[in-house]
Amino acid sequence: MRDERARSVPTAIKILVAGGFGAGKTTMVGTVSEIMPLHTEEVLTSAGTDSDDLSGVEAKRTTTVTMDFGRITIGDSAVLYLFGTPGQDRFWFLWDELAIGALGAVVLADTRRLADSFPSIDYFERRGIPFVVAVNCFHGHQPFGVDAVRGALSLDPDVPVVMCDVRDRRSGREVLVTLIEHVRAITLGPAHSAVAGAG
Amino acid sequence: MRADDDAHEWLDAEAGPLVRSYAVTGGRARPGASTFDLLTYVVATPAGQRRHAVHLQPEHRAVLALAQEPISVAELSSRAGFALGVVRVLLADLLDEGAVKHLAPAVAPGHIPDDHILQAVILGLRHA
Repeated sequence: MRDERARSVPTAIKILVAGGFGAGKTTMVGTVSEIMPLHTEEVLTSAGTDSDDLSGVEAKRTTTVTMDFGRITIGDSAVLYLFGTPGQDRFWFLWDELAIGALGAVVLADTRRLADSFPSIDYFERRGIPFVVAVNCFHGHQPFGVDAVRGALSLDPDVPVVMCDVRDRRSGREVLVTLIEHVRAITLGPAHSAVAGAG
Repeated sequence: MRADDDAHEWLDAEAGPLVRSYAVTGGRARPGASTFDLLTYVVATPAGQRRHAVHLQPEHRAVLALAQEPISVAELSSRAGFALGVVRVLLADLLDEGAVKHLAPAVAPGHIPDDHILQAVILGLRHA
């Protein structure tokens, strides 16, 4: 028998954290993760990413995009990876790579700048990626209710909208629970039973 | 032809950052046939664990050292401090050498995990 250690790969689940600049994406990734946020980066040229070689590159400008991500290990069976999406519009194409195979997304909204979350919502709606809208109440109170936010964003009735404080680990993780329950509802149909709360 | 006279024509300020990042990949920006998704897990093979047996650059060795246990491409990039594209090229080289292998994902990309996994994740998020 081969002396190879048993290597079961955990189920890797990718969740995106999107929203406008300053909505709390990096904070949320850091708060809910078990380790300090990790960073990965990609070097880009102004000519885009389609070319297979770098000939002629001396005339192009380069830039580096940093992506924050965090990890939550669930026993031996699963690992959640949370990726904060790059905020700047010119890096939208990076979203496509991030979105491949994603279970779903959290769109963080700040009610003072609700319109900033429109591009993220449009993106996930167009691609059929399940998402929830989490209203970040990091300024202590939230003058608008869930229904007001839902109306202002013209959301589909089944898209969950929740209030949260991304600085609070429990609150941030409960947003993730809401997303996973939403995915289960889509997959299993509305008759499924939600996993009982912690009490 | 005298190489000394022509050398500087290949360098200018614009080329700087890109040359630094991709010098270790021999200028290649894309790996060969293999693709490495952010969440693809890789691990060193027994041959890769005997690192002295493989002729490698220091950057390849750094990647290999981090892959002694299964690790995702995203974490490998973060811990090695190399850009994603660079890590992908290095991994493709190591794959060609037989020094690393892909680990089949527990759930095929784009598929939703079994419900019992999702339920376990929910419980884990609430109790951790």
